Amino acid sequence: MVRYILKRFLISLVTLLGLVTAVFFLVRMMPGDPFLSDKLTPEIRENMLRYWGFDRPLHVQYLHYLGNLIRGDLGISMHYNSVPINRLIADAFPQSADLGIRALMLAVVMGTTLGIVSALNRGRWLDYACILVAIIGVSLPDFIMGYLLQFVFGLKLKLLPIALWKGFKYTILPTIALSFYTTALLTRIMRASMLEVVHQDFIKVAKAKGLSTFQIVWRHQIRNAILPVVTLLGPITAAILTGTFVIESIYAVPGMGKYYVLGIQNLDYSQILGLTVFYGAFLVMANFAVDIVYGFIDPRIRVDRRERGA
Amino acid sequence: MEAAVERSETQEVMDESLFERATDQNGLEAEHLVRPCLTYWQDAWIRLRKNKVAILSIGILALYVAMSIVGPHMVSFEYKSIDEMNMDKAPSALHWFGTDTLGRDLWARVWVGARVSLAIGFLAATLNAFIGVCIGGVSGHFGGRVDMAIMRLIDVVSGIPYLIVAILVMVALGAGIAPLIIAMILIGWVSMARLVRGQVLQLKNQEYVLAARKLGASDTRIIFRHLIPNTMGLILTNLTMAVPYAIFTEAFLSYIGLGVQPPNASWGLLARYGSQNFRFAAWQLFIPSFFICTTMLSLYLLGDGLRDALDPKLRR
Repeated sequence: MVRYILKRFLISLVTLLGLVTAVFFLVRMMPGDPFLSDKLTPEIRENMLRYWGFDRPLHVQYLHYLGNLIRGDLGISMHYNSVPINRLIADAFPQSADLGIRALMLAVVMGTTLGIVSALNRGRWLDYACILVAIIGVSLPDFIMGYLLQFVFGLKLKLLPIALWKGFKYTILPTIALSFYTTALLTRIMRASMLEVVHQDFIKVAKAKGLSTFQIVWRHQIRNAILPVVTLLGPITAAILTGTFVIESIYAVPGMGKYYVLGIQNLDYSQILGLTVFYGAFLVMANFAVDIVYGFIDPRIRVDRRERGA
Repeated sequence: MEAAVERSETQEVMDESLFERATDQNGLEAEHLVRPCLTYWQDAWIRLRKNKVAILSIGILALYVAMSIVGPHMVSFEYKSIDEMNMDKAPSALHWFGTDTLGRDLWARVWVGARVSLAIGFLAATLNAFIGVCIGGVSGHFGGRVDMAIMRLIDVVSGIPYLIVAILVMVALGAGIAPLIIAMILIGWVSMARLVRGQVLQLKNQEYVLAARKLGASDTRIIFRHLIPNTMGLILTNLTMAVPYAIFTEAFLSYIGLGVQPPNASWGLLARYGSQNFRFAAWQLFIPSFFICTTMLSLYLLGDGLRDALDPKLRR
């Protein structure tokens, strides 16, 4: 197992390198460059490009970037008055992660519970109620859900603050808005998975053994049905914790979400790359964790082939 | 060869009149097959037809598709003609769904938008699902190095910001619906692949897979006839989730200027602009949202019905 984890870790690093390489060259293929502004005279533009090293061959720039990356330096923003990307992330990530963890916990608890309740009551009104929540959750995307919650709870009922990030009360609305899609997704996946499992032989065996319904559902059905939820948790965790553009801008949360979109709009090469590396590292590590967790949850799965042969 | 000759000789000797046909207690021929031989899809269709909810869902979806063709011609307003005297008008006998901020008739715009949204929703989602299922199935089934390589490729693809991919595709192919769909496929297949791979990992050690393998079934046959049909429920559920995701990704891309351009419309875009005015013109948000919601509901219930119809474990 230790050997497997070590090997898997090395492969994760290679994956990250692949991602950095892909994004580095894709970004350079985009039309324009960071210094396309009417205010800059051609001479200044020329100087800027030389100052940032864009006059050197692309592969030299690439190796230079990799060299910095190994030392943990994500470069300097070309747009925000030369702020280091490391500081940009260090300032914005805590808020995004804080909001993200709240939303993720809410979504996992709500999603799996609703999915289980709905599957156990299939075809009855409780099932349809859960489906309706899930349908509304995906049919009203974050930008609409965000505005609606703000309008109802903030403006009409005046129960909660509309925006800003200054304490627990301020976190409630963005947390709900952010978790809605994930809740809906997990509800539906959990429901489908529960229904898939219910016809399996081991459930019949458990029934034949005379186990109580609670034991069958808890020990056999849910444990076998949770796998697809775990699969999706890897990418979902990475996406939610590293900030979202829409929710953070609606509720004025000082997080990372806006930098993704602004970075691309301004064609700030180092900002795009830095954020991609950060998000990519998160994603690769989350999927790494999911692969390890797989084996613990479901003994039928052995990710490593040699282990199964033994 | 000799045995065959012998058998045909004995058959000649034994005349059919010597035999009496066996019948069961109902007087039916016992040798008559209980049910006709059906393919997987014929069987599924027969079971789906019995499901009223699923048929109703098909009806609603068909209605929306039909309305996207004829709807805009049912009113005398053009979807792009601006009317300064009738801005932000609530639904009435004249403007059935009201008007938007520029006085454009929303009935016409909703049905013109349906064309874009339904096309993108269905095409992008099904193509994504198809690619995802194939790659995920292969990855999970073969396992080992193949699985590791494919999964890491998926990590790389899902790490690339989709705005960059969308912009590069638009640069290469120009703005429009087709490039939009291509961009969404390039990045969208990964979640389905991941899900199917997880399911296949779980299923591939089951007895029926072992049985199929011992009977000499090829890998392709095991993946597509045994493993994939057994994950159909999750695939369909995820597919119905992928449709609204595609519709709203289109809305976001169109909103920032990639994809559908005004005066053209799509449901996601209408909802997006509507959400800005909903405090004084709520119908601009709620009408497109209603159509997105009912499309999702129909798709979901149809998916649920299909799940039951396609699940080989429920086959009788």
